[in-house]
Formats: sequence, structure tokens, C-alpha cells
Amino acid sequence: MTVVGSPALNIAIFSGFVLVTLAVVLRVGRTNRSSSTADYFAAGRAFSGAENGTAIAGDYLSAASFLGIAGAIAVHGYDGFLYSIGFLVAWLVALLLVAELLRNTGRFTMGDVLAFRMRRRPVRAAAATSTLVVSFFYLLAQMAGAGGLVALLLGVTGKAHQALVIAVVGILMIVYVLVGGMKGTTYVQIIKAVLLLLGAAVMAMWVLGEVGLNLSTLLGNAVERSTHGEAILAPGLQYTNKVDLISLGLALVLGTAGLPHILMRFYTVPSGQEARRSVVWSIWLIGVFYLITLVLGYGAAWLVGPDVITSPNTPGGTNSAAPLLAYALGGPLLLGLISAVAFATILAVVAGLTITASASFAHDLWANVIKKGRADTRQEVKVARLTAVVVGLVAIGGGILANGQNVAFLVALAFAVAASANLPTLLYSLYWRRFNTIGALFSIYGGLAICLVLIVFSPAVSGGPKPMLTGVDFHWFPLENPGLVSIPASFLLGIIGTFAGGREDDDEHRQAEMEVRALTGLGAER
Amino acid sequence: MASRPSRSGGLVERIVSNATLNERPAPTYEDVQRSAAFTDLKRRLRRFVFPMSAGFLLWYLAYVVLASYAPGFMATRVAGSHITVGLLLGLGQFVTTFVITQIYVRYAERTLDPRARDIRRHVEKARR
Repeated sequence: MTVVGSPALNIAIFSGFVLVTLAVVLRVGRTNRSSSTADYFAAGRAFSGAENGTAIAGDYLSAASFLGIAGAIAVHGYDGFLYSIGFLVAWLVALLLVAELLRNTGRFTMGDVLAFRMRRRPVRAAAATSTLVVSFFYLLAQMAGAGGLVALLLGVTGKAHQALVIAVVGILMIVYVLVGGMKGTTYVQIIKAVLLLLGAAVMAMWVLGEVGLNLSTLLGNAVERSTHGEAILAPGLQYTNKVDLISLGLALVLGTAGLPHILMRFYTVPSGQEARRSVVWSIWLIGVFYLITLVLGYGAAWLVGPDVITSPNTPGGTNSAAPLLAYALGGPLLLGLISAVAFATILAVVAGLTITASASFAHDLWANVIKKGRADTRQEVKVARLTAVVVGLVAIGGGILANGQNVAFLVALAFAVAASANLPTLLYSLYWRRFNTIGALFSIYGGLAICLVLIVFSPAVSGGPKPMLTGVDFHWFPLENPGLVSIPASFLLGIIGTFAGGREDDDEHRQAEMEVRALTGLGAER
Repeated sequence: MASRPSRSGGLVERIVSNATLNERPAPTYEDVQRSAAFTDLKRRLRRFVFPMSAGFLLWYLAYVVLASYAPGFMATRVAGSHITVGLLLGLGQFVTTFVITQIYVRYAERTLDPRARDIRRHVEKARR
């Protein structure tokens, strides 16, 4: 096992990041009123569109986007790029159809929007269930990925030591969320997004400088160095199942606007217009970032080489492409900076997921389903904090157990569940007058169940080329990603449930109030 | 309204109770929903976002289908360089995303925001 760079330097830079963000979190944490749910869950709704847009980029650009996509491009070429396109185009769904109306009609969670004109307790329970499932899979993928990163960046190779580092990451994240609430989490995400964008931009300019700013020369050099030759310039190296690629594409493009930790960020701004501005900022930042990863990926193919990246002597596999490129360009110092940024990425994303899961549990399940809306806000915040600790501990445990597993499908699963259970329900409740409680329950639970069943019996779990369980084969569903079946099925179930459910009392009045408030911002929570 | 205090506490609740105190008939949400100004706003919003969403989703799906079923076409070189048709189409997705974003922002700021603001002010004034 080779260790590149200096683990001590990497740790020092990372500790610097932790100290700075911790200081920021402690500072803003003091401004949170302990009885205010709006402070704890929505940062007092005081962030501007630009700030929130940057935080969204920080929340969205997970280690999978940065290390995963750059690595996939370096090794498989074009197919890695396909991923990033789905991740970006997906934001148009959020911009055009979801962000503003969601901000105008809810307070903290997706459950708020659904509960607006439907029977509150069942739809809140359903919304909380899918929120917790999506957050759990997403969280697990981030934490399990941390183990591989640790191996690569700190030279920690023993499983026990990796477990220790995963635990430290988890505990740090719990502290951020407990002390800083949504405000602290947001600042961590903003700082991380700025560092990530700057670091990646410096590397990309460096690579482009080496080839005289000529993209064609860069591609030519990558082709020459790659074992696959010209095949890296076109699709087909990584995804061999054509239908599976379309299924994945669908899940990616429709999943983003249903991710609960993204939806929750829209409540941290004062108005629908600011929510729109947030999305515009995040589209530009995320788009530019993915263009940068294209350069980094082909740059790593050229300057590091896919054979070195995938060599069994290189810890971290394809994830190591970006860090190795940093080392090739700027030596141990740049590697240390990029490694610290990669760690920061995990920390910021995990904190965002934790606060979302705990808000959904405390606000939707505890305050509105169990306490039937009669809980006081001080208790609600207390329950949320307690949930954050539990979620953090579960994430640490899961991350340690899943360390080293093939976790890529967990992220794809999170997107597929978000696209199947959440998006149809949200769109119907915002745009379809007749949509009702039964329709919502059908589309959430139906989409969720179909998604989970298809995943369990997919080649990603057993019988595929890189299955989670080896030695057994019980798959009968041919696709790794269930999106192509589960997303249309959920849209259909929403329609069937709505017609089966019939009209509800007070329907017209509630629908009128929701629509007027959604479109005009009248009476929106401030 | 009274059955759902937790959600609409604050502004709307206040508006309604003030309106009741002054014994002036305030427009209900149904009234607003039926008003010409609101149906106009709703039509303008939907006429923009629905076709635009259908458009970018079709363009994205066309791209994904091409990538899966026509890798040969995607591998075609452009003008003797190493840049391929697939790369240009992929970058095209970035360009359309940025362009649609800016077109929507312009449309929302010029067409939707002023109309929404007028309705909001009108209702708030009538209920005060």
C-alpha cells in the first residue's frame, strides 16, 4: 500500500478547517433562541439567496460528486461526465416547478407542504418515513465513503483505525448540528463550497495551463495515456446495460428536487423570490463545478493514468484520481489542501442530512403526529436535538459496518426513492387541484415500496458484476437502478389513489388557500 | 381557519381577525382564486413552466438515449480535433440549463413578481 504526500500535513490542514468552522458554529450557535423552531430548523429564515445558493452547492456537491465523478472520468472517460449532466439538469425541476411554491407554503419540511390541504397526520407520517429512508441511505453512503477516503488521505489502513476516524467525523458532525442548528450547518456548507470551488478551479486552471488552454490537446493527451484509448471520448465504457443507463438518468434528473435535505434549505431564506435566487446561484456554482471536474478527470487520466488510479496498490480506487492529480500538480501541499476539502465535504453533507432527518422526525412525526400539534416549540427543538444525536450514532454505526462496501448504489437508491416517493407527491399537491390524502399516501408509500423491493432483487445487491452480497444470487429485476419502473409507477399510483379516495371535507377552501399562497407569497412564514 | 391555527398563525390570522373586527368583508382565498388577476397570474406561470419543463426533460432524455444507443455517433470527431459530438452535446446540456435559468429569472422578475405583488398588496390592504 503506497501512501502519497504527507498524512501529517493532511491532518494539520484538516484540523485547521475543523477549528475555523467550529469557531464559526460556536459563534452563530449563541444567536439561536432555544425555544425557536424557526431558528433551529430554518436559521431564522435570514440567509440571502446568494448565501443559501452557495450552501446548497456545499450540500449537494458530496464526495461522490467531487472524487467520484472526477475518478469516473479519469478511468471510464465520457461515462463519468454523463452522471454530472443528470445532476445539473435536475436543478431546472427545482427551479421551475418546486422551490418558490414550496417556500411559500411550508415552514420546515416537505411534510408541511403535503399537510397543507390533506389530512395532516397520515401524510406527515408518510412524508417523514420517506424523508428518513432517503436521508439514511444518503448518510450511509457518505459515512461508508469516509472509510476509503481515510485510507487514501491519512494513510490509515487498518479497519479499526478507519472505524475510529469514521466515529470522529460523526461526532464532529453531531456537535456542529447540536451547537449551530441550521445556521451553523449553513455556514459550514458555505465555507466548504467556497474552498471546494477554489481548490478545484486552481487545479483545473493548472491542468489547462499545461496544455495551453486547449481542451482538444488535453483530450488527446488523455487518450494517449489511457489503456482504453479513444474509447474514453465517447459513452459506453462504464455503463454496458443501455436500459439501465436510461433508468439511472431518469432517477438523477427527477431525484434532486425530491431530496429532503435540499428541500429544507429553501426554508432558510425570507421569501419565494429569495428561494428562486438560491437555486439560480446553485445552478451556476454546480454547473461550473461539473465543468471543472471534466477537466480534472481527463487531467488525471493524462497526468496520473488510469492504470495507476485503479492499481491495487493505490488506496481508494477511482476516488483517488483527484487527490493524485493534486499531488502530481502541486506536491504534498496541494494534496493536503484537496484532502482537507474532501473531508470537509463529507462533514458538511452529513451535517445537512442529520439536521434534515432530525427536523422531519421532530416536526412531522413527534410534534404533529404523536403530539397532534400540541407540543410547544421548546420541546420540539429538544426532541430534534436528541434525534440528531441518535441519527449521528446510527450513521457512525452504519458507516463502520458498510466501510469498504460497494456504496455507489446507495446514492443512486437515495435519488431513486426521492424521485419515486417524493417528487410525484410534491408536484401533484402543488399543481393538481383534485389530488388528495389517499393519492398522496399511494404515491409516497407505493413509490417507496416499489423502489426498495426492486433494489433488493436487483443485480446491485446480488448476482451482478459488483454485488453487495457475494455468493448468493436472488435477483430477478434486470436493472441496477429502479427509476424507470418506480417513478412512472408512483405517478400512476398518485392518480389511482386520488380517484379511489374521493372528495374530502373542506377540500375547495384548503386548495384555494394553498394555491393563492403558493403563487403570491401571501401569508408566507417569515 | 379556526380549525388550523398552527399553520396559518401570524399574518393571515391577524388579517382575518382585524377584518372581522372592522366588520368589513375581506376577500376569502376562494375570492382571490377566482379573481381575474389571479387566474391571469396562474395562467402566465403555467404557460411558461410546463412547456419549458417538458422541453428540457425531452432534450435531456434524447441525450441519454443517444448516449446509450448511439455511442458510435457520439464518438464522431469534430473538425479534426479530439472533441467529439458526444462532448459537444453534453456541453450543450450545460448551456441550455444556464440559458433556461436566466430566461426564467427574467420572465419571473418582469411578468410574475409584479403581478403576485399586486395581488398580495390588494388583499392585505382590503383585509387591514
